[in-house]
Amino acid sequence: MTALDLKNRVALVTGSSRGIGLAIAKRLAECGAHIVLNGRYQETLDKAAELFTEYGVECLPVAADVGDFSQVEDMIRKVFNRFKRLDIMVNNAGVLHDDLIGMIRKEDVAATIQTNLIGVLHGTQAAARLMMRKRSGSIINTSSIMGRRGNAGELVYSASKSGVIGATLSAAKELAPMGIRVNAIAPGFIDTDMTRGLNPDLHRKRVESIGMGRIGKVEDVADVVLFLASDLSRYVTGQIIGVDGGMLV
Amino acid sequence: MKEALVFEIFKDVLKIKEAVDPSTLVYNKFQGWDSIVHMALVAALESKFDIMFEADEIINMSSFAEAVKIVEKHTT
Repeated sequence: MTALDLKNRVALVTGSSRGIGLAIAKRLAECGAHIVLNGRYQETLDKAAELFTEYGVECLPVAADVGDFSQVEDMIRKVFNRFKRLDIMVNNAGVLHDDLIGMIRKEDVAATIQTNLIGVLHGTQAAARLMMRKRSGSIINTSSIMGRRGNAGELVYSASKSGVIGATLSAAKELAPMGIRVNAIAPGFIDTDMTRGLNPDLHRKRVESIGMGRIGKVEDVADVVLFLASDLSRYVTGQIIGVDGGMLV
Repeated sequence: MKEALVFEIFKDVLKIKEAVDPSTLVYNKFQGWDSIVHMALVAALESKFDIMFEADEIINMSSFAEAVKIVEKHTT
């Protein structure tokens, strides 16, 4: 058994029907963790769950809107009923609705904060309750380079991701005495459906701003999450780890 | 029976060594029962009885008597 062995542990990854969340879930499953997939649509999750049979782990797909506390509570209850434990919580679900200042719709402000920030608060509370029983666990929140540095045209997204950093730091302090670690990752420019949709000129400029000269892969993010989920990071809490290849914003 | 088990958990988590009247076990009044210990109490009760409290129940568990009621509700 190595420090990366997650056999018999249970990991819930929100926003894991595709993209970074799905890559994280797969990486954790490769190391033996049972997986709880989450997204808004059960059908999409059920399809994603089929990918996990090859890892020989259990996979529970649960549709829930992370911005809705009662739905998060129901999801955690399903985890409890199935596994009786939760060891790893990855608050990853996020949306991006943004525009230039003066042109941002209030509905987009609400939707972004609801999912990106309030979803993390709900997920942290619900996960911590199951983790407290065993006095151990790892909560990993997805912030963003935009939450640390800010960027023109991303007022709301940056604010929501900065909020995730504040929540991470506070939760880390409060939960450390109970053996629960709380950290955040701050991805830079990662190759996902969302970034592939950018106009080619903006996409090129973003890549040019990355010190390592290439766009990040979802696996680059997943490997850092694996570190934070595993016992390799057993003495690490309250940290915000950039996964950005030296990107300048 | 359940009340006695709940009392044992309270004694253990609140580190009660001497005889105590259960009616004095009130959140934020009984020495040591603060918000951090409150969550430890909830975790201990949930583990012991293999149940999961509602969020409102955690907030409203303001006394030993309330805790017994919540446990009874989930186990009967």
